[in-house]
Amino acid sequence: MEHSNFHHALKIREDLCIGCSHCMNVCPTEAIRVKNGKSVLYGDRCVDCGECFRVCPVSAIIIDHDDFNYIFDYKYRVALVPAVFTGQFPEDISLRQIYSVIMDIGFTHVYEVENGVEVLAEAINEVAAKHPEKKPLISSFCPAIVRLIQVKFPSLVENIMLLKPPLDISALHIRKELTSKGIPEEETGIFYVTPCAAKIAAIKDPVGEKSSAITGVINMDILFNKVYRQVKQKNNQLCTLPVEGMMSKKATCWSLTNGEAPYVKGRSLAIDEIKNVIDFLERLENEEVSDIDFLELRACDESCAGGVLTISNRFLTAERLRNHAEDYHPNLDVQHPDATPKIIENKEYLMQHIEIGEIKPRSMMKLDENMAEAMKKMEKVNRIMQLLPMVDCGICGAPSCQALAQDIAQGEATIKNCIFIQKILEQRGELSLDESIQIMQDIWGFGKTNKYRDLKGI
Amino acid sequence: MHFEFNVEGGNFSKAGTASSQLKKILKQLNVDPRIVKRVVVALYEAEVNIVAHAFSGTIYIDIDTEKIEIKLVDEGPGIPDIELAMQQGYSTASPEVREMGFGAGMGLPNMKNNTDRLLVTSEVGKGTTVEMTTYLNS
Repeated sequence: MEHSNFHHALKIREDLCIGCSHCMNVCPTEAIRVKNGKSVLYGDRCVDCGECFRVCPVSAIIIDHDDFNYIFDYKYRVALVPAVFTGQFPEDISLRQIYSVIMDIGFTHVYEVENGVEVLAEAINEVAAKHPEKKPLISSFCPAIVRLIQVKFPSLVENIMLLKPPLDISALHIRKELTSKGIPEEETGIFYVTPCAAKIAAIKDPVGEKSSAITGVINMDILFNKVYRQVKQKNNQLCTLPVEGMMSKKATCWSLTNGEAPYVKGRSLAIDEIKNVIDFLERLENEEVSDIDFLELRACDESCAGGVLTISNRFLTAERLRNHAEDYHPNLDVQHPDATPKIIENKEYLMQHIEIGEIKPRSMMKLDENMAEAMKKMEKVNRIMQLLPMVDCGICGAPSCQALAQDIAQGEATIKNCIFIQKILEQRGELSLDESIQIMQDIWGFGKTNKYRDLKGI
Repeated sequence: MHFEFNVEGGNFSKAGTASSQLKKILKQLNVDPRIVKRVVVALYEAEVNIVAHAFSGTIYIDIDTEKIEIKLVDEGPGIPDIELAMQQGYSTASPEVREMGFGAGMGLPNMKNNTDRLLVTSEVGKGTTVEMTTYLNS
């Protein structure tokens, strides 16, 4: 079985991993196994949701990003900042302070991601009206959800709306604006400040598109530390005055739960947290639920406010964004002469480029491409399942008895990996104690089985 | 391959268990997602019919590389006029009851639309048998 082909932002650092299996137990797509005392990622199953990153006790799961100094390879450096970034800071730090510091630390422009919403919201309603057969239309906003549907719900792939998320629309807008000022395209670097791993995977390996308009990615926690430190240290020094205007209420709250749903015509539903989404999609696939026009689905609890790279408490972040949204008033939104023109002025151009290509299913469920082979493997899985204890203890290095049975049928594990089977084999004299210890060490590594043996004088 | 599932009449919280299981099986067998969807929708409809109308039932599923055959056998009131029941919008519910929103009469026609062959036989006072076949290579 092949386990790669897809770019993942999540990586397991073998030198740090202690093989504790926390990640294996929380992975919603059963994409992790423990082998030789280390977690191993099955790339074809991983959707970059980042649940593993959250629970790793030794920070051995890392999120690949670009080095901050990479921005200085470009003469014009745009920080594409999502609203949740400003929501990370305490109330007494203003939006303008944050933007000012982002420019002081090296960016030439700061632009808010959700500006793209002004163009997108209309496009969603157009697609919904034009494609009634796609009902319910599923938002393409959360890249972890798009990947989840590809691997786990292939029959729902057709329901995903083929529109760029706000991030890509804003990137196109800013690129066009800078180019129109005579700036050569290769001198412009657009850097997205990401709250999660899935967005990185989406930029490095876009689904339904050949390449992304975004140059690089900076993890939110890293930029937060840089900015917050500067804010704290700055006292009456000269500072840069930001020129960008404010975002509308709709745009500011778009990345929160129920941010999109109210703006789509008809019956819309917003669901957050990946297990809730999986449960709902199971029902949708059975057509147990019907007559829904639009689904806003987000992998994280409280949507992007709960992104794995955020620092602040998700509920406080959401509250701050709502406060920012309340502060907005069109009369206060005076356009600075040096500010980037409003995105709506580029609407025609952006609408021409808003669609993305076909999204293809890549089911992780199938046991084999060939149905006859798949049936043989399924029969084998069913036979093995009758022998396993059904306690899902994870001692075999797989997250459940079902996962072990499938691994065995795929030739990637043996039934001796099950501790219950081992005991019986030992009793029957078919497995020596040394062999059984060896099996445990092959799964959990040398150290864990020797802790007790090396201890003297209990 | 053969699978069997029991269905409990009146327990709506469990309705859909067999269709979910079948869906998982068909996905593992790499059956075309569009076919999976049709089969699962038809079975879900039939499963809910047992839960809603019968005392108990059993679902027999046979899968080979050519086709999926599903047979649902229930013990229940039976259907007096199958031809009528097959018509879109037909329902046993009284006008007053239908005004409240019950019994839209979409069950059997929906099953028919989502299978290649549907056969319903019934004996009043005993039960109903529904047979559905879906071909994989059509």
